[in-house]
Amino acid sequence: MAKIKPPVPPLPDSLNPSPRRAGTKPPPAGVIAQGQETGISAVNWIDERLQLSGGLRWALFRKIPRHDWTYSLGSSVMFAFLSQAVTGVFLAMAYDPSTTGAYESIRYTTNEAFLGEFLRGMHKWGSTVMVVLVFLHMAQTFFYGAYKYPRELNWVIGVVLLILTMAMSFTGYLLPFDQRSYWATIVGVNINGTGPIVGPYLSDFLRAGPEFGATTLSRFYAIHMLLVPGAIGAMIGAHLWLVTKLGTTSPPWNRPRHRPQGSDIGVASSAPSSNGSSDQ
Amino acid sequence: MNRAEKEAYLREYGQLKAEGEPFFPYSVAKDSIMACIVMATIIGMSIILGAELGPKADPTSTTYVPRPEWYFFFLFELLRVIKPPELVPLATIGVPTICIILLMLLPFYDRGPERHPLKRPIATTAGVLVIFAMGYLTYLGASAGSPNEIDMKAPAALAGPALIEWEKGRSVVGQAGCLACHKIGENGNDGPGPVLTHVASRLPEAAIAQTLRNPTAPMPSFKNLETTQPENFKAMVSFLGQLN
Repeated sequence: MAKIKPPVPPLPDSLNPSPRRAGTKPPPAGVIAQGQETGISAVNWIDERLQLSGGLRWALFRKIPRHDWTYSLGSSVMFAFLSQAVTGVFLAMAYDPSTTGAYESIRYTTNEAFLGEFLRGMHKWGSTVMVVLVFLHMAQTFFYGAYKYPRELNWVIGVVLLILTMAMSFTGYLLPFDQRSYWATIVGVNINGTGPIVGPYLSDFLRAGPEFGATTLSRFYAIHMLLVPGAIGAMIGAHLWLVTKLGTTSPPWNRPRHRPQGSDIGVASSAPSSNGSSDQ
Repeated sequence: MNRAEKEAYLREYGQLKAEGEPFFPYSVAKDSIMACIVMATIIGMSIILGAELGPKADPTSTTYVPRPEWYFFFLFELLRVIKPPELVPLATIGVPTICIILLMLLPFYDRGPERHPLKRPIATTAGVLVIFAMGYLTYLGASAGSPNEIDMKAPAALAGPALIEWEKGRSVVGQAGCLACHKIGENGNDGPGPVLTHVASRLPEAAIAQTLRNPTAPMPSFKNLETTQPENFKAMVSFLGQLN
């Protein structure tokens, strides 16, 4: 089977070892040089087996069109998700997903544990920040026309991620198990129940039965911390893979400084345009 | 997009890409700065706003007003805007499902080659309208009063114990959840139950009490309230009996 090789751009000059200038001394063959040698051979050993360096170099140094700050919204969402994951892990350490213990464990986290309220605050407001960033990212994609050919499927994955994010906030809302979260969740589940055909089944699934009971909370907990985050992680992976593979879009008002090759036969493709800039 | 448009796009994109900057450090630097801003925002909100914990969940209480997280307000408000009971499934599941499907299939029905927002007037207008609609519904949901309180002035003729009784009835009626289906003055939902603003001009107090004990479905019976808290039931009847 032929190995698919992605095109590997050259390393930037700053990362290439510069040739020794005439008249300078050769580097001493001392401990430092031996250490460097050891490091290089260890990395080589790993790379010989994982064969990652080509792909890594392609991913890091591939060229992307010049763009503006709104292009960082997507990575900001991912960062907010990572923050949610980390704070969530710490919250889970003290959480008891039972109807008798949930409220007490959250009260302990909030009022007694070291930095507990700060941690809960980060998770709570992190969800708000993440939802806002998701909508901003989607609006940017929409208005820049970035969902068009050839990135249609990445838009579909993004909408799935939006639904999963909403599912995260819905299931997480119940977990503190105070009045607010309890009643809002009852209403939410009942709203699901009014849906056609699958509605009642979805409600029963969420409640783990026809009534809101002891298992409902642990079911919400499992969905909130295992099922949906796993799905979000996988979907982010697919989303990023496509972004890397297809490249980020250019803002639609940017035009190439040079004519695209072959777009206009008879004009030299490397002729600089009127602004006279040169990227050589 | 037809084949020629696709090829033209790919050619132009290839040129833009060739004229671009390497992902590292050009994008990575911007992304890192944004990540720091996101982190600072989250930490700042956590320090300033904290994380309050309300009273423990009590499945037996029926007077608690459920409020969703603010970013679900627009869905919540949709429920209040669409009143007739036969349309409720449309509001709860229909509209959101249709919106999500439309959103997901967007690149399959919007296939024009133009990407500039000003050269896509329909898409841009629709996008702006959706943002305004969601913002407006969120604002309505956020500013909606508590459905468990009746904001009304007592009749001027009332004084002393009668006024206290009236105030008590006002709060009991509010907390009993009547406003979910009835409108009283400016409060509550118009339907599915009849408007109660002038109920006393149609029914005498005794008939109101009888209806509360033995209502027509789907209204719940307040017979239990009469046996467990007769003074609350009395206040309720007397409050409703003065709405004329």
